[in-house]
Order: sequence, then C-alpha cells, then structure tokens
Amino acid sequence: MRKILKSPTGLIGTLLLALVLFVTIFGPWITPYDPQAFDARARLEGPSLAHWLGTDQYGRDLLSRLLSGAPATVAFGLGATVLGVGVGSVIGVIAGVAGGRTDSVIMRVLDGMLAMPELLFTLLIVTFLGGGTTQAMLAVAVTFTPGMARISRSAVLSVRTREYVLAAQARGESGAWIVGREVLPNALGPIIVEATIRVSFAIMIGATLGFLGLGAQPPSTEWGLMVAEARQFMFRNPWCVAVPGLAIAVTALGFNLFGDALRDAFDPKRGH
Amino acid sequence: MSLAYFLRRLGAVLVVLCIVSIAVFAITTILPGNAALMILGENASAENLAALERQLGLDRPLPVQYLHWVSGVLHGDFGTSLRLQLPVAQVVGEAFWNSMSLALIALVGVTLIAIPLGTLAALRRGTAWDLGIGLISYVGTALPEFVTATLLLVFFADPVRQLLPAGGFVSPVEDFGGFVEHAILPAVTLGLILMAHISRQVRSELSEVLASDYVRAARLKGVPEGRVIRRHALPNSLAPAVAVISLDIGYLLGGIIVVEEIFAWPGLGRLLIYALQNRDLPVIQAVTLLLAVVYALSNLLADIVIAKLDPRVRYA
Repeated sequence: MRKILKSPTGLIGTLLLALVLFVTIFGPWITPYDPQAFDARARLEGPSLAHWLGTDQYGRDLLSRLLSGAPATVAFGLGATVLGVGVGSVIGVIAGVAGGRTDSVIMRVLDGMLAMPELLFTLLIVTFLGGGTTQAMLAVAVTFTPGMARISRSAVLSVRTREYVLAAQARGESGAWIVGREVLPNALGPIIVEATIRVSFAIMIGATLGFLGLGAQPPSTEWGLMVAEARQFMFRNPWCVAVPGLAIAVTALGFNLFGDALRDAFDPKRGH
Repeated sequence: MSLAYFLRRLGAVLVVLCIVSIAVFAITTILPGNAALMILGENASAENLAALERQLGLDRPLPVQYLHWVSGVLHGDFGTSLRLQLPVAQVVGEAFWNSMSLALIALVGVTLIAIPLGTLAALRRGTAWDLGIGLISYVGTALPEFVTATLLLVFFADPVRQLLPAGGFVSPVEDFGGFVEHAILPAVTLGLILMAHISRQVRSELSEVLASDYVRAARLKGVPEGRVIRRHALPNSLAPAVAVISLDIGYLLGGIIVVEEIFAWPGLGRLLIYALQNRDLPVIQAVTLLLAVVYALSNLLADIVIAKLDPRVRYA
C-alpha cells in the first residue's frame, strides 16, 4: 500500500477512489434537496449558492441527483466486475489446472467470444435478456468472462510448474488442496489488478447502456441516464450534461489510476 | 514473411469466424419471437404462422437452418430485412462503407497524432510535456464515447455559433467538403480513446528502447540523434504500438455504434441499434457477423505488419 501511495498517479488514484467510494456509500444520505423534487422557478440554472452544480430541465438540483445516482452507477460496475471476474476465474482455473483437451476446447470457445467487439457483444446479450439494470449487469459480466478466464488461466499456468507446487505433488497432497492452497493464492495478483481496471470499463459500459436506454430506467438517477435525459437541453444549460458526464470520467479515472499503481506494486519490472 | 506463418494465422481466423457465426446465429435464434411472428404481428392465427414458418424454413432443425443461412451468406445473400423489406446485403453494404470511411478517418488521424506525441513524451521524459501528454491519455481512457460526444457538441455545435454540424451525413461524392465537416466531430470522439492508448504504448516502448545497448552503441558511433531515433529506436518500438492499434479496432468498432447513433451517421452502428430496437433478426445477424469479420481481418493484418516490423515473431 505504501508503494502505491508513493507514485503521483497512485496517490491521485487512491484519493479519487476514496472520494468515489465515499459518495457511493453516503451520497444518498447527504443530498441537500430531494433529487426528484421539481422546482418550476429554478429550471436549467447554472451553479449558484442555492444549487452548487445548477439545476436540470425540471428544476431538480443536479448535486442531489448526482449524489443519489452514485450507488446505481458505481455499484453497477463493481457488481458486474465481481460477477464476471468470479465466473471467468473459475473457468480459467479449470482450464489451466485440467490442461489437455478440456483446456483447448475451453480456449477455442473463449477465442470465439473474444472475436466480437465488447460493446457489440454486450448489446446482443442485453437485447436477448431485455433492457434493465439487472440485465445490463449480467450482460457486462458475461462480456468480461472470456477475458478474465484467459488471464486467470495464464496466471495459473505460470504458477503450476513452480517448485512449491511440484513439492506439494511429491508430498502426495490432493489436487483440490494444491489448487486451493498453493496455486490460487499465488495466481491472485494479476487477477486482482485486471479486475480493478475492469471496474472502470464496467462503469463506462453501464453508463453507455443507460444512455442508450438499455440499462437503468427512469426515474433512476444513474449518471448515463442523466446525460441522456438532459441532452435536449444541453445548449441551454451545459451543466446538466457536463456534471454527470464528468462524474463518470472521474470515477473511471480513479479505478484506472489505482489499478495501474496496483500493477506496478505487484510487478516492479513494469514500473517506470 | 513465411507462407506457413501466414497460412497458420489465416486458419486460426477461419476457425474463430466459424465459432462467431454459430454464436451469432444461436443468440438471434433464442431471442423471443421468431421471424414469422415478426412479419405477421402478434394477432396472427396459428395456421398462418405455421404456414409462413414452413415457407421460411423455421420448422426445420436448427443445424439445418444454420447451414442454410451460412451458405446464403457465403453467396452474398443475407436474406431480407423484416422491417425495411429490402435485401439485407443492400442495406448493410451501404452502411458498411459509411462506417468504414468514418473508422478509417479516425484511425489515420489518430496514428498521425499519437505516434509523434508518444515519441515526444518519451524524449522529454519527466518534463511538463510528458506529464501533460500522460494526463491527456488518462483522461482520454476515462471518458466514454457518449460523454465525449456530448461535450464536443456543447462546445462546437451550439445553435448560436454553429461551428460544426451537430450530426448527419453528406456523401463524399456529392460534396467532399460537407462530408469532412460532418465527419470531424464523430472522428475526434472515436479518436480520443485510441490516441490515449497508442501514445502511451509508444512512449513506454520507446523509453525502453532508448535505454538499450544498441541505441547506446549507435550514439557512441557518432550517429546524429535524429537518425538514431528514426532508424534505430522508433522502428523497434512500433511493433507493440501496432499490436495495441489492432486491439483497439475492437474499441473502435464498439465505439462506432454509440458515435453513429449520437451524430446520426448512417453506418453499421446506427443500423444495428435500429435493428435491435425492431428485432430485425436478419439485419442483426448480418451486421454482427460483418463487424466480427472486420475485427478478425484487421487483427490478421496487424499480425502481418508486426511480423514485418519484428522478425522474431515469425519464428515464435
């Protein structure tokens, strides 16, 4: 951890991430106004003392909407990543440990899934499942699965022939014990690093689906949906698209920087 | 380039495309509601439905349907659009060229800007230049396309100043200036993320190469610095950059879906969203397959370029 805080990017990433997580957990409790309350006298206003970030087309306070939408946006990314990483890692570990025929069949199927651009794949699955937050989360998770399976497979492969694994085999330990106690803990590093960076992708894809009307549905204050709803009014008050848009960027940036710093900390060779 | 290497890569691409075509077919077949229901509407009688299903071949086993579809595709016949009542090949063909022209403009523009930027960052490491370029890259990777597009529209397409059109398309044959004008904002949106990736990759590879023994040897020999960079350092750091570009084609093809929708660019992405909203199965299948083919072929092309740039790859 100290290593991460030492690099400037790691420090900024950690600070941004702390801010984002704070807003995600406490945001809905500290909104200055009701995020859904209309105010006909204060529509499409810029920032002021009363409304720090301005108001949208119905006079709803943008800061309040931003804070209340944080869980929907950030938790979506975390949920989708955890699901995708979980399933992907299990598949990857199975392929890596089993080897031989099982391995090559699994890898061919994964190659086929990876041959489609990510967003295209997600869109197809969302259409198949029908729009909505849960469906969108599942779709992103499925999209992440092949990539994560690949990474965890190669992590397992690189650990599998190490001396301590051979020693455990020589001691006559069971296969499950070796995988659980020797292989997995040592293969975890790259998986965690990749997962952290993936959260930012998941948040961006989730917001994009919300924007396209395939993810979160009104009256949710998910940030991508906020941008979509305010788009008609963007020339009259740029703040109503800029605020949620930049919030998405800050969140993605936080996870990105933190993930990069984490990678450098795990693998000193890659650090600059 | 050895022929064997090329053939092996081509074989792998064909296998992947086979799997993709099965996946595309499977996903669109399990979508609720089949083509017959789509054409006749919800209130169709069971007899009419069954008759049309027989006529369209939907009552046959799935593998037979799949083979029928694939053999049509191989002959350039993608079926008929359920909504537009036009041959899919015609609809998709037009959109394909519009998309490719946009993607190509973005890709060429990005490459021309990103490689010099990355080189500059590597040569001036630790200076304000380096930090500034690094910062732009990080912000670029954190902005989803729809946010970039919306912000660009706010700045450049507001109805008062009207610097650039807010969307639409002009055929380059009829009015080339108008075409370029309409392509600028979508291309910049698509380019931002790619620029971040490519300039970062060039920077990190080039800094590594600049510290290598052969660059030191060239300098000791008295080769001028400009020549050291152009002849010795850059060519050796470009192979990884090409690898990143080829991975980025995936982002580009995904990004194009959103960008075309926002800027009303009549390409594959906009067509796909239209088809998804209207459950136009033959169009969904054709667009998806086409995008996957473009992705696979561009990866193949990148592999060939990398093998040309870095002879070690050929023997791997």
